Amino acid sequence: MTTLRVNDQQREVSAAPETPLLWVLRAELRLTGTKYGCGRALCGACTVHLDGQAIRSCVTPLAAVGARAVTTIEGLGGEPAQSLRRCWTELDVVQCGYCQSGQLMAACALLAANPHPSDADIDAAMSGNICRCGTYPRIRAAIRLAAARLAAHKS
Amino acid sequence: MHIKRRHFLVATTGAAGALLVGWLAMPPRQRLLGAHPLPTARGQTALNGWVKVGTDDSVTVMMSQAEMGQGAHTGLAMLLAEEMDAAWESVRLEQAPLDRIYNNQAAIVDAMFAADAPGVLVRAERRVARRILREIPDLSGTGGSSSITDQWLPLREAGAAARALLLAAAAQQWQVAVAECRTAAGRVLHPSGRSARYGELVPLAGRLPLPRHVPLKHGAQFRLIGQPLLRLDNAAKIDGSAQYAIDALPPDLLYASLVMCPSVGGRAAHFDASRALQLAGVRKVVKLDPVAGGFGGAGTTAGAVAAIATTPFQAMRALEVVRIEWDHGPAAAGLSSDKLLGELRHALDTHAGHTRLQHGDVDAALRAAPRTLRAEYRVPFLAHAPMEPLNATVQFRDGSATVWAATQAPGAARAAVARVLGIPAQRVQIHVPFLGGGFGRRYLTDCLQQAAALARETGGAPLQLLWPREQDIAHDYFRPAFLARCEAGLDATGRLLAWKMTTAGSSLGAPSFADMASDGAANTAYAFPNARVAHQGVESAVPVGIWRSVSHSYNAFFVECFIDEAAAAAGQDPVRFRAGLLADNARYLRVLERVAQLSEWATAPAAAADGARCARGIAVHGAFGSIVGQVAEVSVTADGQIRVHRVVCVIDCGLAVNPNLIRQQIEGAVAFGLSAVLHGEITLENGQVRQSNFHDYVPLRMFECPQIVTEIIQGADTPGGIGECGTPPIAPAVANAVFALTGQRLRSLPLKLT
Repeated sequence: MTTLRVNDQQREVSAAPETPLLWVLRAELRLTGTKYGCGRALCGACTVHLDGQAIRSCVTPLAAVGARAVTTIEGLGGEPAQSLRRCWTELDVVQCGYCQSGQLMAACALLAANPHPSDADIDAAMSGNICRCGTYPRIRAAIRLAAARLAAHKS
Repeated sequence: MHIKRRHFLVATTGAAGALLVGWLAMPPRQRLLGAHPLPTARGQTALNGWVKVGTDDSVTVMMSQAEMGQGAHTGLAMLLAEEMDAAWESVRLEQAPLDRIYNNQAAIVDAMFAADAPGVLVRAERRVARRILREIPDLSGTGGSSSITDQWLPLREAGAAARALLLAAAAQQWQVAVAECRTAAGRVLHPSGRSARYGELVPLAGRLPLPRHVPLKHGAQFRLIGQPLLRLDNAAKIDGSAQYAIDALPPDLLYASLVMCPSVGGRAAHFDASRALQLAGVRKVVKLDPVAGGFGGAGTTAGAVAAIATTPFQAMRALEVVRIEWDHGPAAAGLSSDKLLGELRHALDTHAGHTRLQHGDVDAALRAAPRTLRAEYRVPFLAHAPMEPLNATVQFRDGSATVWAATQAPGAARAAVARVLGIPAQRVQIHVPFLGGGFGRRYLTDCLQQAAALARETGGAPLQLLWPREQDIAHDYFRPAFLARCEAGLDATGRLLAWKMTTAGSSLGAPSFADMASDGAANTAYAFPNARVAHQGVESAVPVGIWRSVSHSYNAFFVECFIDEAAAAAGQDPVRFRAGLLADNARYLRVLERVAQLSEWATAPAAAADGARCARGIAVHGAFGSIVGQVAEVSVTADGQIRVHRVVCVIDCGLAVNPNLIRQQIEGAVAFGLSAVLHGEITLENGQVRQSNFHDYVPLRMFECPQIVTEIIQGADTPGGIGECGTPPIAPAVANAVFALTGQRLRSLPLKLT
């Protein structure tokens, strides 16, 4: 058994240590908001946070997680996440929605690290997350809007 | 004439069936009633086959259409809520059962007859076809940009009928005349001040007779239709709770992964799973036969070896140690995309093709023209690559099956599972959750058939088959590769006298769809004095299918690029040249002129952020009842990469039900098309697809995505399709911009500068 800290809870999991975190989350812990897209860290659908850093859970073995805190879309909270979700809704970002958990995890990690991202910063941080529905322009706009609101709130 | 099918031979996906005559003897079937009795929860009453009202005031709209990103659920619910005067916040959605009232008549009729075909005969044939289609079971489907166009009337009639019953119930309760009552936001109101919630009235309303005729609102009375309402699925899709087929995890679920024969048409000959079966959690390793998964049974998914295990990772890992000997089959030998291109060229060298459009005498006009030009255009095979890879969950127990499937055609899906399991279709219950993208791939049932076969191996436990991304890309039913040869003749003043275009490529398998290959080329809006458009079907063993906008995806590239060539040869501005050919077509002309104006066509574009020079290209194309004009602003980097900075779009989609969803679809369609313009290409060598994942089948990423501006023109009083029409113009718009910038005519996709 391995102990994981997921969304602020201690969870015991039985998966073998080489099992990618993605499948531990989805199949064992039934946290299905994290998605399988490519299995090779090419698409970002499986993005979760390890101690606040965005990582690709499809290529992260359970054994590599250790004591670090895992946050999935189901547990994503706090100020930037709330603001991002509000902007996502107001700008009607989602289409099929399958990639959006990963998009939000990536966007939240970006704003946590860089509260005032330029368009180039947004492109650089988000280009690892593929969306086949083409929600990119709205994702960009939603991140910009959330950043502006968070900045206005602080000042 | 633009008749695509003269005979009412209806081939449907998977459930390939033909129904002829005899229909006249049947009574006409309303699309209002049926699906009776709708399953109801406590406190719910079904007022017809489309809507249930709860005593808690909830208005539950039955959804027969898949939500795969296109926003259909929101748009469809608006239609019913509008006529019912339901409170928008009270609207809930529920998957409709399978029933003839949900048959998608528009999608099938549009596949048989060009949407804009003129003539009394065609109109009559469309009507007859619709009448036949409402009698055939299991023709529900989401495709052909048809959800709103198909259910525009039935959902509004259902809403209006429900409202009429609620009004009648209130009038009866209050002992007043119905005409004195009105409705607003989920209540019936009377001038006396009395008012009742729909939830209070529905128990009585459900016992009243259905009204014979109910008036529908006029456009000016619409309160919801035309409003940019936000999507109903936003909340679930930003907190991880949205359920896709891959998230169906019933208790005791077993997982399967598979590897298919890498060769087209191949299968597994032998395998040795002794090592795999020693691994923890691995239950079984089984052979899967090839599956006929394409339209009308054409096209084959290669045979496979699948592993069943306790967890998904165990199933995937098991396959790594199974030793498989493949039977590559006869079709794969020597098969390559280069060789197929040669076959397309040979077909056009030796065949004139089947005529799809003929005006005047094009050959005589070409001979007489003082100036002629010729060009050859081509496009490659493309994969769909939806973000949710193909998967299906099936539980087969006691002669019945429960299925969770991301399908665009639930009727065909149910029939396919029933066939594989040897049970009646009525014993298959099918759940259709959100689809993680579809783009046409999820019309086919191949993965579902495999999952059903595997569900026999689990002793009644549910089984989820997930295709690894590598299998999803390599074993797609691809957008076919196509070749076009174009000729044009101009007079001395630059007037276009002759237009000739012959295409070669797969006619998409089933004969009844053969004519689709010329969609967007034969039903052109341009007034050519002499024209011939023809198609020569060239089939191969490579599985092919429908891909967002189907034949429009390549025909728009051929037509709109070659028109641009003709404009350049005539020495005319591309907008003015097109306008001259559209003088008799006010809708197209308006879109063309508005997109030119909005994009500031007349002035030179500013330089890109990196200082690179920019140029614009234009394209206008009609598809699925809507017309889209696009102007792309493009630059080229120092190392020859094409960058698209801005795309200005104007759409005339008739009546705009939800402008917000329309903009969203146009943006998405542009991005989807740009993947194919800049990167997309499936190639085959020695019978095997060379691409496997997103590193070599490269989708558009955010840094490449342009700013997209969309303006909607209200063009008619009924809606056109919006899910696909934004994709066709982007390739020619970008290619034409590259020409304007560099002088290079790129006649092959993806665009690559030399």
